[in-house]
Amino acid sequence: MDINQFNRTAYNGSKDFDQWNVQNANATGFGAAADDFMERGIDLNEQLIRNKPATFFMRVNSDAMNAAGISKGDVVIIDRSLKPVNGKVVIANLNGEMLIRRLENLRNKVRLLPETDKLSPIEIDASCCDFSIWGVVTYVIHVP
Amino acid sequence: MKAIVDCNSFYCSCERLFKPELNHRPIVVLSNNDGCIISRNMEAKSLGIEMAGPYYQMRELIEKNNVAVFSSNYNLYGDMSQRVMAVLKLLTGEDRVEVYSIDESFLDLSHIAMASLEKFGLEIKETVEQWTGVPVSVGIAPTKVLCKIANRFSKKNDKGITLLDNEEKITSALKNTMVEDVWGVGRQSALKLKAQNIITAFDLRNINEEWGRKNLGGVVGVRLIKELGGMPCIQMKDPLKIKKMITTSRMFGRKVATLDELREAVASYVSRAAEKLRRQYCAAGILKVFVVTANKNPKEYTPESFAVEVKLPVPTSLTQVFLQYALPMIDKLYRPGSLYLKAGIILSDLSPENTVQHNLFMGTDTKNTKKLMEKMDNINFSMRNDVIKFASSGILRNWRMRQDFISSRYTSRWEELKEVK
Repeated sequence: MDINQFNRTAYNGSKDFDQWNVQNANATGFGAAADDFMERGIDLNEQLIRNKPATFFMRVNSDAMNAAGISKGDVVIIDRSLKPVNGKVVIANLNGEMLIRRLENLRNKVRLLPETDKLSPIEIDASCCDFSIWGVVTYVIHVP
Repeated sequence: MKAIVDCNSFYCSCERLFKPELNHRPIVVLSNNDGCIISRNMEAKSLGIEMAGPYYQMRELIEKNNVAVFSSNYNLYGDMSQRVMAVLKLLTGEDRVEVYSIDESFLDLSHIAMASLEKFGLEIKETVEQWTGVPVSVGIAPTKVLCKIANRFSKKNDKGITLLDNEEKITSALKNTMVEDVWGVGRQSALKLKAQNIITAFDLRNINEEWGRKNLGGVVGVRLIKELGGMPCIQMKDPLKIKKMITTSRMFGRKVATLDELREAVASYVSRAAEKLRRQYCAAGILKVFVVTANKNPKEYTPESFAVEVKLPVPTSLTQVFLQYALPMIDKLYRPGSLYLKAGIILSDLSPENTVQHNLFMGTDTKNTKKLMEKMDNINFSMRNDVIKFASSGILRNWRMRQDFISSRYTSRWEELKEVK
């Protein structure tokens, strides 16, 4: 097996599916009805991972983003190759901690906004904090 | 032109990526069993912590300076390495990348115009760093040996990239590189060269090829001299050197008395030697294990050496096969009551892996066995600590690896993901 196939940037899914895999093509009774419409099916890796080597998973351990639909215990998918623009949910390094917040990036002012009443926005003063954006959150995996 | 892309303090960088609290702090990563320091970052280096130094010797320094210590987490490093290499392949082209080791790759840049090399190198560096979070340095030069030299300078300059694209730059780089720092010059050769008053890489480039052939290992020496001169001789995918014999041994930091410790040492030397063997696509037919004993009277120094040797039924390059033989051999060598200074293993009778003659009596299913071994070897690489339990050899189970400071497998285990607040 070529292990690299799972690590390419363009992720082609984990299924090998070709015409020979159409089970009912060999149906002994009626076969043809659905044959022409067979597809590979949905592969979550394909849908949720756009850039494999830049994609990481992390687990949320706070209520900071509750109102954004991200709860404690959820797993978030992070893509480091995306640009952290205003309004994105990001993972940020702040003074040695990793935080999940919404990024507000207006003119010369950067803020990390929580989506809960219990926490207040954090204003970033580049001169006094150790701050960087770790990556941009693209999807949330939530157990209802 | 070619390039080398080398991850800076790779293991430390992987650890730091998921631990921002370690920013600006010294970090070291220990070898299997937490024996030696195998990776240190710049901050640790500037404290005077030595590479390959035994951990317990550095312990005081480490504790005093609040150095973050990690056991090696090959699951994490293997995954991060895959990511780095995937990005390099995407940017340069699948077949222009030669993965040289877990943290370095050669790139064939013959398709890039001379004028855009620096820009391209920077793009590679920035993209790898942004996407994977692993800082890298880049050395670009006409030959692999010169790339390695260029890269040494990249580690020191702020840009992290060095381009040796004209004679003037090459000459200056060579004059500022000692022979022992040239890729492919071993310790013995370096001593020999220095005795001849060949001190810098520049001196080495200018020596007579015939002298090089005689004194630096034949055609290998000639290639080295040519490569220093800017003439590409080591092609992509060509291993630098087909060694005739691979030796791995270390002095112990203190005298060793127990069999367990000896076995641990031998097992780790075996895996290192087998790794080297596979790197040059060879199999070994003879395995030798040796120990050196200390004299019981500490005032005398008359070490004695004992060795056993075995001819393998079929030459192999697989760690676990060597281990099957090596561990009983060390058991045989061990004398309770003796103190040991050193142990080591030697692999010899090397032949290219693809020409190995299989023994007629090995069983009918050799192909499958080999496949199985290959798979095991692969798994061993990525999930080293788990597979040691799987290994068919019952002997191995006694050898418990110490991993007191291991971090989570952030990228490969769902249960061990990094938590964010």
